[in-house]
Amino acid sequence: MAEWFVAKSSDLKDGDRRIVNAGPREIGVFHKDGAYYAYSNICLHQGGPACEGLTIANVVDIIGPDRTYEGQKFGDEMHFVCPWHGWEYDLKTGEMVGDRKQKLRKYEVVKRGDEIYVVA
Amino acid sequence: MDMPRSDVRPVDFDSFSTPKHLEHAAQQAHKRNYQDFLIVDVDSHHYENESYAEVFEYIENPIMRRDAIDSGGRSTGWLNTQVGGQSLAGRIVRNKGRRLDKPRAAKHRDIGLTLDWMDSMGVDYCCLFPTPMLFLSAHPVPEVEAAMAQAYNRWLCERILAQEPRIVSMLYLPFNDPDAAYKTVKEFGGKKGVVGFMVTSPRYKSVHDNAFIKTYSLIEDMGKVLSFHAAYNWDDRALAMCNRFIAAHALGFMWFNMVHMTNWVVNGLPERFPKLKVMWIESGLTWAYALMQRLDHSYLMRTSDCPQLKRKPSEYMREMYYSTQPMEMPEDKSLLEATFKQIKADTQLLWSSDYPHWDFDLPSTIYDLPFLDETAKRNILGGTAAKLFNLDTKPVKKIP
Repeated sequence: MAEWFVAKSSDLKDGDRRIVNAGPREIGVFHKDGAYYAYSNICLHQGGPACEGLTIANVVDIIGPDRTYEGQKFGDEMHFVCPWHGWEYDLKTGEMVGDRKQKLRKYEVVKRGDEIYVVA
Repeated sequence: MDMPRSDVRPVDFDSFSTPKHLEHAAQQAHKRNYQDFLIVDVDSHHYENESYAEVFEYIENPIMRRDAIDSGGRSTGWLNTQVGGQSLAGRIVRNKGRRLDKPRAAKHRDIGLTLDWMDSMGVDYCCLFPTPMLFLSAHPVPEVEAAMAQAYNRWLCERILAQEPRIVSMLYLPFNDPDAAYKTVKEFGGKKGVVGFMVTSPRYKSVHDNAFIKTYSLIEDMGKVLSFHAAYNWDDRALAMCNRFIAAHALGFMWFNMVHMTNWVVNGLPERFPKLKVMWIESGLTWAYALMQRLDHSYLMRTSDCPQLKRKPSEYMREMYYSTQPMEMPEDKSLLEATFKQIKADTQLLWSSDYPHWDFDLPSTIYDLPFLDETAKRNILGGTAAKLFNLDTKPVKKIP
């Protein structure tokens, strides 16, 4: 394992991300709501750049107390979306939201002074 | 702890490049040595609406030409369209991104865009189809379908197929006007790059209508392919019950091809046109296996309903051709293996990407299947298409 430089923390603002080529591995590093997350950039579907698409909240069907459908809203769970086919991943866990058994490989992110590193 | 040099880049949404978008596809192509063998994509697309200013000039009838040009190709104008969020509310980025793309220099922008994705995926030849025109079958005026088909086919033959040998097509058949369909085959059957003729499936003309018999005869005599390209029609009475795109799309792309295939078989068309090469495009594969079982089961009790048949329906279906995409990927791969066996995939299945549409497939969807040997993989990825379309088998791509 080695630590691979990602960015100075002042350059990786909240909402930003970087793609890091760490030897043979391609890793997406996200900074969101004060936390850092790092995942393999290879989509589990057909190998697309999983970390390079939109980040977007989950969509929720609103079901009333009488079990009738009342519409849709965005939820609180942030996803990142593979731009090839739309496979969505939970930003906090790397789980594929359509089938939570499937997960992107997660990497540890460390901060050393003003610098962010990913361990891979 | 080591601190080696890393290569870091931001994610950029303000530009778009097809080779960059498909960088991982090119990596797959190198890893699997696609440069060593032929890959043919039998179903891919361009956005012909971006060239409507050119296409409309090919409309023969001056009244229609003026109507079309005046409409500017808007969805509320001369041509019809379909509701449907193919780009998943922007989650799939290449549709918007295409406008920012700067393709390689070529005789037409669509040629440059097409060659860019072909090389990235490792594709040598592609069969190119339109996109919005897949819905033209639902246009209320058959004369408009016929006029637009003729204009598009002429434009495609002159501006694209005559200019780029790696791009071929099965031309749009204006099937709502049987005489126009026949004339289309007559006019274009011998043009460079024309490997067959394509019926867009979401329509309400029965394939066994006597009005089409002379067209089938002509296509058979020419040795070309007759294909049925699936699509949905959300205005169809059954599909209109669906409230979400996923439902209209998943059902629609199977439904119309199931109807046409059933009519094709039970009316004995395979017996009447034994040499006609028939291909079913973009319905995935499970529908065929399901329909084989369903029709065989009924046929054995109701042979008098289909007196022209000398064999079970599945035996005729097994002699037709199928494109792969969107290929179902069940967790239990033995189900997929059984489907491949039933449709005789080694000789009847042809890989297709459907690129750049939202549910495209890469060649690795076939190459990585554990139950196929190398010969079967190469047949499905290109060998069978080369025979069917009479293509040179030498690889010509340049994977970036």
